[in-house]
Amino acid sequence: MRYMMLIYSKEWEGGLPPEKREQLKAAHRASIDAARRKGILLAAEPLAPTSTATTVRMQDGKPLITDGPFAETKEQLAGYYILDCENLDEAIEWATRIPTSCKGGEGCIEIRPMPGLPRDD
Amino acid sequence: MIDCRSLAENVFREESGRIIAGLIRISGSFDRAEEAVQEAFAAALAAWPEHGVPSNPAAWITTTAHRKLIDAARRHRTHVEKQESLRYEIESGASGGSEDGEEVMYFPDNRLRLIFTCCHPALNREAQVALTLRTLGGLSTQEIAKAFLVPEATLAQRLVRAKRKIQEAHIPYEVPPPERLRERLASVQAVIYLIFNEGYTASSGAGLIREDLCAEAIRLGRVLCELLPNDAESLGLLALMLLQNSRRAARVREGSLVTLEEQDRSRWDQDAIQEGLARLDQALALRQAGPYQVQAAIAALHARAKAPEETDWNQIARLYETLLEWNPSPVIALNHAVAVAMSSGLEAGLRQIDALRASLDHYYLFHAARADVLRRLDRRAEAVKAYERAAALTANPVELEFLNKRLRELT
Repeated sequence: MRYMMLIYSKEWEGGLPPEKREQLKAAHRASIDAARRKGILLAAEPLAPTSTATTVRMQDGKPLITDGPFAETKEQLAGYYILDCENLDEAIEWATRIPTSCKGGEGCIEIRPMPGLPRDD
Repeated sequence: MIDCRSLAENVFREESGRIIAGLIRISGSFDRAEEAVQEAFAAALAAWPEHGVPSNPAAWITTTAHRKLIDAARRHRTHVEKQESLRYEIESGASGGSEDGEEVMYFPDNRLRLIFTCCHPALNREAQVALTLRTLGGLSTQEIAKAFLVPEATLAQRLVRAKRKIQEAHIPYEVPPPERLRERLASVQAVIYLIFNEGYTASSGAGLIREDLCAEAIRLGRVLCELLPNDAESLGLLALMLLQNSRRAARVREGSLVTLEEQDRSRWDQDAIQEGLARLDQALALRQAGPYQVQAAIAALHARAKAPEETDWNQIARLYETLLEWNPSPVIALNHAVAVAMSSGLEAGLRQIDALRASLDHYYLFHAARADVLRRLDRRAEAVKAYERAAALTANPVELEFLNKRLRELT
Protein backbone atom coordinates (compact mmCIF):
# COMPACT_ATOMS: atom_id res chain seq x y z
CA MET A 1 0.00 0.00 0.00
CA ARG A 2 1.34 3.44 -0.94
CA TYR A 3 0.59 6.37 1.30
CA MET A 4 0.86 10.08 0.61
CA MET A 5 1.99 11.83 3.74
CA LEU A 6 0.67 15.38 3.81
CA ILE A 7 2.61 17.74 6.00
CA TYR A 8 0.50 20.52 7.50
CA SER A 9 2.53 23.33 9.01
CA LYS A 10 1.81 26.92 10.01
CA GLU A 11 3.61 29.32 7.68
CA TRP A 12 5.77 31.95 9.35
CA GLU A 13 5.96 35.38 7.81
CA GLY A 14 9.31 35.59 6.02
CA GLY A 15 9.98 31.86 6.32
CA LEU A 16 12.22 30.04 8.76
CA PRO A 17 15.31 31.69 10.27
CA PRO A 18 18.53 30.14 8.86
CA GLU A 19 19.37 28.15 11.98
CA LYS A 20 15.95 26.52 12.19
CA ARG A 21 16.02 25.89 8.45
CA GLU A 22 19.26 23.90 8.81
CA GLN A 23 17.85 21.88 11.71
CA LEU A 24 14.72 21.14 9.68
CA LYS A 25 16.71 20.14 6.60
CA ALA A 26 18.80 17.74 8.68
CA ALA A 27 15.74 16.20 10.30
CA HIS A 28 14.02 15.69 6.93
CA ARG A 29 17.17 14.26 5.44
CA ALA A 30 17.32 11.73 8.27
CA SER A 31 13.75 10.53 7.70
CA ILE A 32 14.14 10.52 3.91
CA ASP A 33 17.37 8.53 4.17
CA ALA A 34 15.81 6.09 6.60
CA ALA A 35 12.86 5.52 4.28
CA ARG A 36 15.16 5.18 1.26
CA ARG A 37 17.34 2.60 3.08
CA LYS A 38 14.20 0.65 3.89
CA GLY A 39 13.33 0.80 0.17
CA ILE A 40 9.92 2.42 0.69
CA LEU A 41 10.57 5.98 -0.52
CA LEU A 42 8.65 6.94 -3.66
CA ALA A 43 8.79 10.74 -3.48
CA ALA A 44 9.38 13.47 -0.95
CA GLU A 45 9.38 17.12 -1.82
CA PRO A 46 8.54 20.44 -0.25
CA LEU A 47 5.86 22.73 -1.68
CA ALA A 48 6.30 26.44 -2.31
CA PRO A 49 4.37 28.57 0.22
CA THR A 50 0.59 28.95 -0.02
CA SER A 51 1.09 32.51 -1.33
CA THR A 52 2.09 30.89 -4.63
CA ALA A 53 -0.98 28.63 -4.78
CA THR A 54 -3.66 28.78 -7.46
CA THR A 55 -7.06 27.10 -7.24
CA VAL A 56 -8.98 25.91 -10.29
CA ARG A 57 -12.66 25.08 -10.06
CA MET A 58 -14.85 24.18 -13.03
CA GLN A 59 -18.04 26.21 -13.21
CA ASP A 60 -20.49 25.65 -16.06
CA GLY A 61 -17.69 23.99 -18.01
CA LYS A 62 -15.33 26.94 -17.61
CA PRO A 63 -12.32 27.10 -15.32
CA LEU A 64 -12.69 29.59 -12.48
CA ILE A 65 -9.18 30.52 -11.41
CA THR A 66 -8.46 32.11 -8.05
CA ASP A 67 -5.39 33.21 -6.18
CA GLY A 68 -4.47 31.39 -3.01
CA PRO A 69 -4.96 27.94 -1.50
CA PHE A 70 -8.19 26.09 -1.18
CA ALA A 71 -9.60 27.06 2.20
CA GLU A 72 -12.99 25.42 2.69
CA THR A 73 -13.12 22.41 4.95
CA LYS A 74 -16.22 20.85 3.40
CA GLU A 75 -14.11 18.99 0.85
CA GLN A 76 -11.33 16.61 1.74
CA LEU A 77 -8.10 15.80 0.00
CA ALA A 78 -8.78 12.86 -2.30
CA GLY A 79 -5.61 12.33 -4.27
CA TYR A 80 -2.82 14.04 -6.10
CA TYR A 81 -1.02 14.35 -9.42
CA ILE A 82 2.53 15.53 -9.88
CA LEU A 83 2.93 16.90 -13.41
CA ASP A 84 5.92 18.52 -15.03
CA CYS A 85 4.51 21.59 -16.82
CA GLU A 86 6.11 24.43 -18.75
CA ASN A 87 4.36 27.13 -16.72
CA LEU A 88 1.27 27.89 -14.64
CA ASP A 89 -1.00 28.21 -17.69
CA GLU A 90 -0.15 24.68 -18.79
CA ALA A 91 -0.68 23.45 -15.23
CA ILE A 92 -4.10 25.15 -15.17
CA GLU A 93 -4.95 23.57 -18.52
CA TRP A 94 -4.16 20.12 -17.08
CA ALA A 95 -6.00 20.88 -13.86
CA THR A 96 -9.19 21.49 -15.86
CA ARG A 97 -8.90 17.93 -17.24
CA ILE A 98 -8.44 16.19 -13.88
CA PRO A 99 -11.74 14.86 -12.54
CA THR A 100 -12.50 16.10 -9.04
CA SER A 101 -15.50 13.97 -8.14
CA CYS A 102 -13.34 11.12 -6.81
CA LYS A 103 -15.26 10.96 -3.54
CA GLY A 104 -18.65 12.13 -4.78
CA GLY A 105 -19.21 15.84 -5.29
CA GLU A 106 -17.39 18.05 -7.76
CA GLY A 107 -14.41 19.69 -6.09
CA CYS A 108 -11.44 21.75 -7.15
CA ILE A 109 -7.73 21.43 -7.74
CA GLU A 110 -5.12 23.39 -5.82
CA ILE A 111 -1.93 23.93 -7.78
CA ARG A 112 1.27 24.37 -5.79
CA PRO A 113 4.70 24.72 -7.37
CA MET A 114 7.34 22.24 -6.21
CA PRO A 115 10.65 24.09 -6.24
CA GLY A 116 12.67 20.94 -5.54
CA LEU A 117 14.71 19.89 -2.53
CA PRO A 118 17.13 22.57 -1.40
CA ARG A 119 20.64 21.92 -2.65
CA ASP A 120 23.52 21.63 -0.22
CA ASP A 121 25.55 24.80 -0.24
CA MET B 1 15.80 76.79 -21.05
CA ILE B 2 14.14 73.42 -21.22
CA ASP B 3 12.92 72.00 -17.95
CA CYS B 4 14.79 68.68 -18.04
CA ARG B 5 13.01 67.23 -15.04
CA SER B 6 9.47 67.63 -16.34
CA LEU B 7 10.57 66.49 -19.79
CA ALA B 8 12.15 63.37 -18.29
CA GLU B 9 9.03 62.80 -16.20
CA ASN B 10 6.83 63.02 -19.28
CA VAL B 11 8.98 60.57 -21.17
CA PHE B 12 8.93 58.29 -18.15
CA ARG B 13 5.13 58.39 -17.91
CA GLU B 14 4.63 57.72 -21.58
CA GLU B 15 7.39 55.22 -22.18
CA SER B 16 8.16 53.34 -18.97
CA GLY B 17 5.47 50.69 -19.57
CA ARG B 18 6.86 49.91 -23.00
CA ILE B 19 10.47 49.89 -21.74
CA ILE B 20 9.73 47.76 -18.66
CA ALA B 21 7.74 45.31 -20.80
CA GLY B 22 10.77 44.88 -23.07
CA LEU B 23 13.23 44.53 -20.21
CA ILE B 24 11.10 41.91 -18.42
CA ARG B 25 11.08 39.93 -21.66
CA ILE B 26 14.88 40.00 -21.70
CA SER B 27 15.64 39.52 -18.01
CA GLY B 28 12.68 37.43 -16.91
CA SER B 29 12.47 39.58 -13.79
CA PHE B 30 10.05 42.36 -12.92
CA ASP B 31 12.35 43.69 -10.20
CA ARG B 32 15.44 43.97 -12.36
CA ALA B 33 13.50 45.58 -15.19
CA GLU B 34 12.01 48.15 -12.80
CA GLU B 35 15.38 48.89 -11.22
CA ALA B 36 17.03 49.38 -14.60
CA VAL B 37 14.34 51.84 -15.71
CA GLN B 38 14.62 53.77 -12.42
CA GLU B 39 18.38 53.99 -12.85
CA ALA B 40 18.07 55.11 -16.45
CA PHE B 41 15.64 57.81 -15.38
CA ALA B 42 18.09 59.00 -12.69
CA ALA B 43 20.88 58.98 -15.30
CA ALA B 44 18.74 61.16 -17.58
CA LEU B 45 18.22 63.68 -14.79
CA ALA B 46 21.97 63.83 -14.28
CA ALA B 47 23.07 63.90 -17.92
CA TRP B 48 20.45 65.96 -19.75
CA PRO B 49 20.94 69.32 -17.98
CA GLU B 50 24.68 69.07 -18.69
CA HIS B 51 24.88 67.55 -22.18
CA GLY B 52 21.50 68.63 -23.47
CA VAL B 53 18.37 66.62 -24.15
CA PRO B 54 18.98 63.88 -26.74
CA SER B 55 17.09 64.07 -30.03
CA ASN B 56 15.09 60.97 -29.15
CA PRO B 57 14.66 60.99 -25.35
CA ALA B 58 12.62 57.76 -25.25
CA ALA B 59 15.27 55.83 -27.20
CA TRP B 60 17.98 57.30 -24.97
CA ILE B 61 16.22 56.02 -21.83
CA THR B 62 15.54 52.63 -23.43
CA THR B 63 19.18 52.19 -24.39
CA THR B 64 20.44 53.37 -21.01
CA ALA B 65 17.98 51.11 -19.14
CA HIS B 66 19.13 48.17 -21.20
CA ARG B 67 22.75 48.91 -20.37
CA LYS B 68 21.87 49.20 -16.67
CA LEU B 69 20.14 45.83 -16.84
CA ILE B 70 23.26 44.19 -18.28
CA ASP B 71 25.47 45.90 -15.68
CA ALA B 72 23.24 44.66 -12.88
CA ALA B 73 23.26 41.14 -14.29
CA ARG B 74 27.08 41.17 -14.36
CA ARG B 75 27.20 42.36 -10.76
CA HIS B 76 24.61 39.80 -9.84
CA ARG B 77 26.48 36.96 -11.51
CA THR B 78 29.43 37.40 -9.18
CA HIS B 79 27.15 36.71 -6.22
CA VAL B 80 24.85 34.04 -7.56
CA GLU B 81 25.70 31.10 -9.76
CA LYS B 82 22.20 30.21 -10.69
CA GLN B 83 21.18 32.32 -13.66
CA GLU B 84 18.34 30.27 -15.02
CA SER B 85 15.87 33.13 -14.83
CA LEU B 86 18.07 35.36 -16.97
CA ARG B 87 17.62 34.93 -20.66
CA TYR B 88 19.98 37.12 -22.58
CA GLU B 89 18.90 36.98 -26.12
CA ILE B 90 17.69 40.25 -27.52
CA GLU B 91 14.98 39.42 -30.00
CA SER B 92 15.10 41.72 -32.99
CA GLY B 93 16.39 44.42 -30.67
CA ALA B 94 18.00 46.49 -33.38
CA SER B 95 20.78 48.71 -32.25
CA GLY B 96 22.22 51.44 -34.41
CA GLY B 97 23.38 55.02 -34.63
CA SER B 98 21.23 58.12 -34.89
CA GLU B 99 22.16 61.41 -36.53
CA ASP B 100 23.88 62.77 -33.42
CA GLY B 101 25.92 59.64 -32.92
CA GLU B 102 23.88 58.29 -30.02
CA GLU B 103 23.28 54.63 -29.80
CA VAL B 104 19.58 53.91 -30.08
CA MET B 105 17.72 50.77 -29.24
CA TYR B 106 14.18 49.68 -29.99
CA PHE B 107 12.35 46.73 -28.54
CA PRO B 108 9.38 45.00 -30.06
CA ASP B 109 6.27 46.04 -28.13
CA ASN B 110 5.87 43.59 -25.26
CA ARG B 111 3.16 45.47 -23.41
CA LEU B 112 0.48 42.96 -24.36
CA ARG B 113 2.42 40.18 -22.62
CA LEU B 114 2.91 42.46 -19.66
CA ILE B 115 -0.75 43.38 -19.31
CA PHE B 116 -1.85 39.73 -19.49
CA THR B 117 0.72 38.71 -16.89
CA CYS B 118 -0.21 41.57 -14.55
CA CYS B 119 -3.91 40.67 -14.84
CA HIS B 120 -3.42 36.89 -14.67
CA PRO B 121 -6.39 35.30 -12.87
CA ALA B 122 -4.00 33.44 -10.53
CA LEU B 123 -3.22 36.81 -8.92
CA ASN B 124 -5.86 38.37 -6.74
CA ARG B 125 -7.64 41.49 -7.97
CA GLU B 126 -5.81 43.89 -5.66
CA ALA B 127 -2.46 42.54 -6.82
CA GLN B 128 -3.53 42.77 -10.46
CA VAL B 129 -4.49 46.42 -10.05
CA ALA B 130 -1.32 47.39 -8.16
CA LEU B 131 0.95 45.57 -10.57
CA THR B 132 -0.74 47.02 -13.66
CA LEU B 133 -0.47 50.58 -12.35
CA ARG B 134 3.10 50.08 -11.20
CA THR B 135 4.57 48.45 -14.30
CA LEU B 136 2.35 49.46 -17.18
CA GLY B 137 1.26 52.81 -15.80
CA GLY B 138 4.60 53.78 -14.30
CA LEU B 139 2.95 55.04 -11.09
CA SER B 140 5.07 54.99 -7.95
CA THR B 141 4.21 52.76 -5.01
CA GLN B 142 3.44 55.92 -3.05
CA GLU B 143 1.04 57.23 -5.71
CA ILE B 144 -0.85 53.94 -5.93
CA ALA B 145 -1.07 53.65 -2.13
CA LYS B 146 -2.46 57.17 -1.91
CA ALA B 147 -5.02 56.59 -4.64
CA PHE B 148 -6.34 53.44 -2.98
CA LEU B 149 -6.12 54.86 0.53
CA VAL B 150 -3.90 52.07 1.86
CA PRO B 151 -0.60 52.45 3.73
CA GLU B 152 2.41 52.50 1.44
CA ALA B 153 3.94 49.50 3.25
CA THR B 154 0.79 47.44 2.56
CA LEU B 155 0.89 48.32 -1.12
CA ALA B 156 4.61 47.58 -1.35
CA GLN B 157 4.01 44.19 0.30
CA ARG B 158 1.20 43.48 -2.16
CA LEU B 159 3.57 44.13 -5.07
CA VAL B 160 6.34 41.99 -3.57
CA ARG B 161 3.92 39.07 -3.10
CA ALA B 162 2.54 39.38 -6.62
CA LYS B 163 5.98 39.46 -8.20
CA ARG B 164 7.04 36.53 -6.07
CA LYS B 165 4.08 34.50 -7.17
CA ILE B 166 4.76 35.29 -10.83
CA GLN B 167 8.32 34.10 -10.37
CA GLU B 168 7.72 31.04 -8.17
CA ALA B 169 4.54 29.71 -9.75
CA HIS B 170 5.92 30.40 -13.26
CA ILE B 171 3.09 32.57 -14.43
CA PRO B 172 4.02 32.89 -18.11
CA TYR B 173 4.97 36.16 -19.78
CA GLU B 174 2.86 35.45 -22.82
CA VAL B 175 -0.23 36.49 -24.71
CA PRO B 176 -2.77 33.70 -24.06
CA PRO B 177 -3.68 31.36 -26.95
CA PRO B 178 -6.80 32.27 -29.00
CA GLU B 179 -9.06 29.79 -27.17
CA ARG B 180 -8.29 31.43 -23.81
CA LEU B 181 -8.00 35.02 -25.04
CA ARG B 182 -11.60 36.08 -24.39
CA GLU B 183 -11.75 35.07 -20.73
CA ARG B 184 -8.26 36.39 -20.04
CA LEU B 185 -9.14 39.67 -21.75
CA ALA B 186 -12.18 39.92 -19.49
CA SER B 187 -9.80 39.93 -16.53
CA VAL B 188 -7.67 42.70 -18.10
CA GLN B 189 -10.76 44.78 -18.86
CA ALA B 190 -12.11 44.29 -15.33
CA VAL B 191 -8.84 45.59 -13.86
CA ILE B 192 -8.87 48.69 -16.08
CA TYR B 193 -12.53 49.43 -15.32
CA LEU B 194 -11.94 48.94 -11.60
CA ILE B 195 -9.13 51.53 -11.73
CA PHE B 196 -11.49 53.88 -13.55
CA ASN B 197 -14.31 53.41 -11.04
CA GLU B 198 -11.98 53.87 -8.11
CA GLY B 199 -11.15 57.27 -9.55
CA TYR B 200 -14.71 58.09 -10.62
CA THR B 201 -16.49 57.42 -7.33
CA ALA B 202 -17.37 60.89 -6.15
CA SER B 203 -15.44 61.74 -3.04
CA SER B 204 -13.76 64.68 -1.45
CA GLY B 205 -10.22 64.74 -0.10
CA ALA B 206 -7.65 63.11 -2.31
CA GLY B 207 -9.37 64.61 -5.37
CA LEU B 208 -6.50 65.16 -7.75
CA ILE B 209 -4.91 61.76 -7.36
CA ARG B 210 -8.27 60.17 -8.04
CA GLU B 211 -8.74 62.11 -11.25
CA ASP B 212 -5.33 60.77 -12.17
CA LEU B 213 -6.73 57.27 -11.77
CA CYS B 214 -9.47 57.97 -14.33
CA ALA B 215 -6.93 59.42 -16.74
CA GLU B 216 -4.65 56.43 -16.16
CA ALA B 217 -7.47 53.93 -16.75
CA ILE B 218 -8.36 55.70 -20.01
CA ARG B 219 -4.70 55.68 -21.03
CA LEU B 220 -4.53 51.93 -20.32
CA GLY B 221 -7.77 51.49 -22.26
CA ARG B 222 -6.19 53.26 -25.23
CA VAL B 223 -3.09 51.05 -25.01
CA LEU B 224 -5.31 47.95 -25.02
CA CYS B 225 -7.19 49.19 -28.11
CA GLU B 226 -3.93 50.05 -29.82
CA LEU B 227 -2.61 46.54 -29.14
CA LEU B 228 -5.87 44.73 -30.00
CA PRO B 229 -7.59 47.01 -32.53
CA ASN B 230 -10.23 44.43 -33.45
CA ASP B 231 -11.54 43.64 -29.99
CA ALA B 232 -15.02 45.11 -29.72
CA GLU B 233 -15.26 44.90 -25.93
CA SER B 234 -11.94 46.73 -25.42
CA LEU B 235 -13.26 49.51 -27.67
CA GLY B 236 -16.55 49.39 -25.77
CA LEU B 237 -14.74 49.75 -22.47
CA LEU B 238 -12.74 52.73 -23.75
CA ALA B 239 -15.93 54.34 -25.09
CA LEU B 240 -17.68 53.74 -21.76
CA MET B 241 -14.87 55.36 -19.76
CA LEU B 242 -14.61 58.34 -22.12
CA LEU B 243 -18.37 58.96 -22.05
CA GLN B 244 -18.63 58.68 -18.27
CA ASN B 245 -15.58 60.84 -17.73
CA SER B 246 -16.96 63.53 -20.05
CA ARG B 247 -19.43 64.40 -17.28
CA ARG B 248 -16.80 64.68 -14.55
CA ALA B 249 -16.75 68.49 -14.30
CA ALA B 250 -20.54 68.66 -13.97
CA ARG B 251 -20.94 65.82 -11.45
CA VAL B 252 -20.02 67.63 -8.27
CA ARG B 253 -21.06 71.17 -7.32
CA GLU B 254 -20.32 72.81 -3.97
CA GLY B 255 -19.39 69.49 -2.41
CA SER B 256 -22.61 67.83 -3.48
CA LEU B 257 -23.27 65.15 -6.07
CA VAL B 258 -25.32 66.50 -9.01
CA THR B 259 -27.71 64.04 -10.69
CA LEU B 260 -27.54 63.52 -14.43
CA GLU B 261 -30.85 65.37 -14.77
CA GLU B 262 -29.62 68.47 -12.95
CA GLN B 263 -26.12 68.63 -14.43
CA ASP B 264 -25.10 71.70 -16.44
CA ARG B 265 -24.71 69.98 -19.81
CA SER B 266 -22.63 72.83 -21.20
CA ARG B 267 -19.89 71.63 -18.85
CA TRP B 268 -19.75 68.17 -20.40
CA ASP B 269 -16.51 67.58 -22.27
CA GLN B 270 -17.60 67.50 -25.91
CA ASP B 271 -14.24 66.24 -27.20
CA ALA B 272 -14.43 63.23 -24.88
CA ILE B 273 -18.04 62.61 -25.96
CA GLN B 274 -17.14 62.74 -29.66
CA GLU B 275 -14.24 60.37 -29.13
CA GLY B 276 -16.37 58.06 -27.01
CA LEU B 277 -19.13 57.96 -29.64
CA ALA B 278 -16.59 57.29 -32.39
CA ARG B 279 -15.03 54.42 -30.41
CA LEU B 280 -18.48 52.96 -29.75
CA ASP B 281 -19.34 53.08 -33.48
CA GLN B 282 -16.04 51.35 -34.21
CA ALA B 283 -16.88 48.67 -31.62
CA LEU B 284 -20.42 48.06 -32.85
CA ALA B 285 -19.20 47.73 -36.44
CA LEU B 286 -17.21 44.66 -35.35
CA ARG B 287 -20.48 42.86 -34.47
CA GLN B 288 -19.33 41.12 -31.29
CA ALA B 289 -21.86 42.17 -28.68
CA GLY B 290 -20.76 42.50 -25.06
CA PRO B 291 -21.60 44.18 -21.75
CA TYR B 292 -19.09 47.06 -22.01
CA GLN B 293 -20.53 48.04 -25.39
CA VAL B 294 -24.07 47.96 -24.00
CA GLN B 295 -23.06 50.11 -21.03
CA ALA B 296 -21.28 52.49 -23.40
CA ALA B 297 -24.43 52.61 -25.55
CA ILE B 298 -26.43 53.64 -22.46
CA ALA B 299 -23.86 56.33 -21.64
CA ALA B 300 -24.03 57.46 -25.28
CA LEU B 301 -27.82 57.90 -25.11
CA HIS B 302 -27.34 60.22 -22.13
CA ALA B 303 -24.48 62.05 -23.87
CA ARG B 304 -26.56 62.61 -27.01
CA ALA B 305 -29.53 64.14 -25.14
CA LYS B 306 -29.20 67.92 -25.27
CA ALA B 307 -31.68 68.25 -22.41
CA PRO B 308 -32.76 65.69 -19.79
CA GLU B 309 -36.28 65.40 -21.25
CA GLU B 310 -34.80 64.38 -24.62
CA THR B 311 -33.26 61.25 -23.07
CA ASP B 312 -34.40 58.07 -24.84
CA TRP B 313 -35.42 56.16 -21.68
CA ASN B 314 -37.24 53.47 -23.71
CA GLN B 315 -34.04 52.52 -25.45
CA ILE B 316 -32.10 52.69 -22.17
CA ALA B 317 -34.59 50.31 -20.53
CA ARG B 318 -34.17 47.89 -23.45
CA LEU B 319 -30.38 48.03 -23.15
CA TYR B 320 -30.57 47.24 -19.43
CA GLU B 321 -32.74 44.23 -20.34
CA THR B 322 -29.93 43.02 -22.61
CA LEU B 323 -27.42 43.50 -19.79
CA LEU B 324 -29.69 41.55 -17.43
CA GLU B 325 -29.69 38.61 -19.83
CA TRP B 326 -25.91 38.35 -19.49
CA ASN B 327 -25.67 39.27 -15.86
CA PRO B 328 -28.87 38.98 -13.82
CA SER B 329 -27.61 41.08 -10.90
CA PRO B 330 -29.99 43.03 -8.63
CA VAL B 331 -27.99 46.26 -9.16
CA ILE B 332 -28.56 46.08 -12.93
CA ALA B 333 -32.20 45.22 -12.24
CA LEU B 334 -32.40 48.41 -10.14
CA ASN B 335 -31.05 50.48 -13.03
CA HIS B 336 -33.55 48.81 -15.32
CA ALA B 337 -36.38 49.63 -12.92
CA VAL B 338 -35.34 53.30 -12.85
CA ALA B 339 -35.32 53.40 -16.67
CA VAL B 340 -38.81 51.83 -16.62
CA ALA B 341 -39.97 54.50 -14.16
CA MET B 342 -38.69 57.20 -16.49
CA SER B 343 -40.15 55.67 -19.67
CA SER B 344 -43.22 53.54 -18.92
CA GLY B 345 -44.44 55.29 -15.80
CA LEU B 346 -43.39 56.03 -12.24
CA GLU B 347 -45.83 53.57 -10.63
CA ALA B 348 -44.61 50.67 -12.77
CA GLY B 349 -41.01 51.58 -12.02
CA LEU B 350 -41.68 51.79 -8.30
CA ARG B 351 -43.26 48.33 -8.29
CA GLN B 352 -40.12 46.94 -9.95
CA ILE B 353 -37.88 48.75 -7.47
CA ASP B 354 -39.87 47.45 -4.50
CA ALA B 355 -39.56 43.90 -5.81
CA LEU B 356 -35.78 44.16 -5.29
CA ARG B 357 -35.95 45.04 -1.62
CA ALA B 358 -34.97 41.59 -0.36
CA SER B 359 -31.57 41.68 -2.06
CA LEU B 360 -30.83 45.44 -1.96
CA ASP B 361 -32.23 46.64 1.37
CA HIS B 362 -28.72 47.48 2.60
CA TYR B 363 -27.65 49.26 -0.58
CA TYR B 364 -27.92 53.05 -0.34
CA LEU B 365 -28.68 53.53 -4.04
CA PHE B 366 -31.75 51.28 -3.71
CA HIS B 367 -33.25 53.71 -1.19
CA ALA B 368 -32.00 56.76 -3.08
CA ALA B 369 -33.61 55.50 -6.31
CA ARG B 370 -36.83 54.65 -4.51
CA ALA B 371 -36.84 58.07 -2.81
CA ASP B 372 -36.40 59.77 -6.17
CA VAL B 373 -39.40 58.02 -7.71
CA LEU B 374 -41.53 58.78 -4.62
CA ARG B 375 -40.45 62.42 -4.83
CA ARG B 376 -41.55 62.57 -8.47
CA LEU B 377 -44.88 61.01 -7.45
CA ASP B 378 -45.15 63.75 -4.81
CA ARG B 379 -45.43 61.14 -2.04
CA ARG B 380 -43.33 63.39 0.18
CA ALA B 381 -43.53 61.63 3.55
CA GLU B 382 -42.46 58.31 2.03
CA ALA B 383 -39.74 60.03 0.00
CA VAL B 384 -38.33 61.63 3.16
CA LYS B 385 -38.20 58.25 4.90
CA ALA B 386 -36.42 56.68 1.94
CA TYR B 387 -33.86 59.52 1.69
CA GLU B 388 -33.18 59.17 5.43
CA ARG B 389 -32.65 55.43 5.01
CA ALA B 390 -30.25 56.10 2.12
CA ALA B 391 -28.31 58.71 4.12
CA ALA B 392 -27.86 56.22 6.96
CA LEU B 393 -26.23 53.78 4.54
CA THR B 394 -23.51 55.96 2.98
CA ALA B 395 -20.44 57.58 4.47
CA ASN B 396 -19.37 59.37 1.30
CA PRO B 397 -19.56 63.15 2.05
CA VAL B 398 -20.43 64.12 -1.54
CA GLU B 399 -23.32 61.66 -1.66
CA LEU B 400 -24.46 62.57 1.85
CA GLU B 401 -24.57 66.24 0.95
CA PHE B 402 -26.77 65.42 -2.03
CA LEU B 403 -29.21 63.36 0.09
CA ASN B 404 -29.39 66.09 2.75
CA LYS B 405 -30.09 68.69 0.07
CA ARG B 406 -33.03 66.61 -1.18
CA LEU B 407 -34.29 66.26 2.40
CA ARG B 408 -34.12 70.04 2.90
CA GLU B 409 -36.11 70.55 -0.32
CA LEU B 410 -38.81 68.12 0.82
CA THR B 411 -39.34 69.33 4.37
